[in-house]
Amino acid sequence: MDFTIILQAGIASGTVLLFATIGELFSERAGVLNLGVEGMMLIGAMSAFSATIATGNPWLGVLVAMFFAGLISQIHAFIVITLQADQVVSGLSLTFLGAGISLVLGEGLSKAGTVSLLPNFSIPLLSLIPIIGKIFFTNQSILVYVGYLLVPLSWYYINRTRPGLHLRSVGEYPSAADALGINVFRLRYFYVFIGGMLAGLAGATISLAVSPGWFSELTTGGQGWIAIGLVIFAQWDPIRAAVGAYTFGALRRLILDIQGPLVLFGFANPFYYNPYLGFFLQMLPYLFTVFVLVIGSREAMRKRIGAPAALGNPYVRGERGK
Amino acid sequence: MAESTVVKKGRASFKIRVEPRLNEPPAWYPAAVSFGALIVALILGGILISLAGGDPIRSYLHIAKASFGDSGVLSDTIVKATPIILAALACSVAFRMKLWNIGAEGQFIMGAFGASAIVLAPVLPAETPRIIFIPVMMMAGMAAGALWGFIPGYLKAKFNVNEIISTLMLNYVAVAWVNFWIFGVWTEGGFQMSPKFPATASLPRLLEYAEAFPILRGLTTHLGLVIGVVAAVILWFIIFRSRWGYEIRLIGDNPHAAQYAGINITQNIIWVMMLSGALAGLGGMSEVAGVVHRLQTAPVAAGYGFTGIIVAWLAKLNPLVIIVASILFGALILAGREIQPSGVPKMIQGIILVCLIASDFLLRYRIVVERGEE
Repeated sequence: MDFTIILQAGIASGTVLLFATIGELFSERAGVLNLGVEGMMLIGAMSAFSATIATGNPWLGVLVAMFFAGLISQIHAFIVITLQADQVVSGLSLTFLGAGISLVLGEGLSKAGTVSLLPNFSIPLLSLIPIIGKIFFTNQSILVYVGYLLVPLSWYYINRTRPGLHLRSVGEYPSAADALGINVFRLRYFYVFIGGMLAGLAGATISLAVSPGWFSELTTGGQGWIAIGLVIFAQWDPIRAAVGAYTFGALRRLILDIQGPLVLFGFANPFYYNPYLGFFLQMLPYLFTVFVLVIGSREAMRKRIGAPAALGNPYVRGERGK
Repeated sequence: MAESTVVKKGRASFKIRVEPRLNEPPAWYPAAVSFGALIVALILGGILISLAGGDPIRSYLHIAKASFGDSGVLSDTIVKATPIILAALACSVAFRMKLWNIGAEGQFIMGAFGASAIVLAPVLPAETPRIIFIPVMMMAGMAAGALWGFIPGYLKAKFNVNEIISTLMLNYVAVAWVNFWIFGVWTEGGFQMSPKFPATASLPRLLEYAEAFPILRGLTTHLGLVIGVVAAVILWFIIFRSRWGYEIRLIGDNPHAAQYAGINITQNIIWVMMLSGALAGLGGMSEVAGVVHRLQTAPVAAGYGFTGIIVAWLAKLNPLVIIVASILFGALILAGREIQPSGVPKMIQGIILVCLIASDFLLRYRIVVERGEE
């Protein structure tokens, strides 16, 4: 087993989580919890794949995925921002809705065969660095490189720019933001849309790059939920989100690859000879999410850092400020 | 929220204003709003079905006929409704405390596992009379479900771990756990399923009494329905007539007030998650002992736990209303199996939930239409 190859594939698979996690992070930073990530990712994966089949152009597929996932996120935005409903239940319903719609419209897509995928390439010079070059910069999908750029850009945007300051103020103290003339409602709609678009991009990353195709609900397999967990682990910080997402991606890959070889570290590979042990491997990403949540939550309690103060609360003008 | 929109229509102009409700709406009003949301959802679903190339009216007529058409399919509808009742009860008690247990699905699966272990381990021999077998399986199912609810409850109470994520993650773990057992240990001929249970380990069904009452011939409704209804009634008493229920409701409505009143929130989180898990686990037991008659992942992990979330919400968390709402969803799932495209029932469930949540707005605000002067 060559670990650089596993890590290389792990980075690709972590990119999916990265997009979804950063998207949710933007939405939550604006004070809107969106539990519909899984549904939006399914919409993205399905529409990306079907648009690519229809047009033969994967770039169009990516755009369509981002647009439709963003569009469906606005249902959630309308329900929780304008109608002020409970964000937990509305987000859940978005997951059901997204899964249902993508199953209905994606009917038959699984038999559609292969499509032209997004290009893979290596970065000159950087790919020559030993080990690191092989893992991060060799023969990766273009979306992986987009992911590398997204992390520092999001961090800079949130922490160092004026719109980022507005974003944070809307999530921490909406009534003060409102008093300063920031349009709380419009910004919240906007960042929910951003979250939706990134979730759609995550879906497109699956169906057009990481594991091409449409496999109904198995396409995402709970990664949208893992992304929501990662936001908590990341304590709403893009850099930590990237660390979490790539670690998880590598773990997912490792689990797939560890069942292949006959010999593991010089011993007969138990997972090869007893395939049913593989079910314990399947549990690992989910157990690890819980584990990571425990760590993140304990640390947050200890350091008294927490979610954006207004996360989960609707903003109602004229009510006592929160 | 005092926005107003002026709509010009013909010569008269209307002014639509939204204002908060100051007094409680009449008792019939929430039910009417939910019913209205259901109708709107079905219309929206119809539009989407026709967009996907289906015929919505035929689909809906088909659902109605294939689920309520005669006593045979009605019985099948009730069979589908039974696990939903128990899963929805599980969700309702947790939601009542604003504890978002999304893991009824996993607790349901673990309940099925716990009950099956009694047969497959075997804890009790196949010759054990039913009257002992069934209660022991019920207890094992509830215990396994409660354990699966305890884990996220404990993590929430101790470390403030978000229960939405932890319960959901445990769903996937439960599926893998059961797959391990039915594939690695209790497999039947290498397939991912256990051997069939002996008759003594199955819930009695109506068709068993067809000799005495010919009208019951072919009816598959099983004792699980009675278990579900009894559980609903007991839960209603706990929630609305007991001290514990009062504490649960108070924590849900106003945790600060509850804390000042000296209610132990931490402990209640754990207990309520265990109760929730036990109810879902009982649902899993009823499904393996009443319908599947073996441990197998696909028919057990069929999403009843998730449907339970929607049903609990539709019933406004009222245990008795849950029974009625479950039958509606049982019909949708039963008839939906034959509808193309196959995602339709899931999509309609999603639309219904979206409309229900949106409609809550009408309970908190009223829309006033005023006829303006020219």
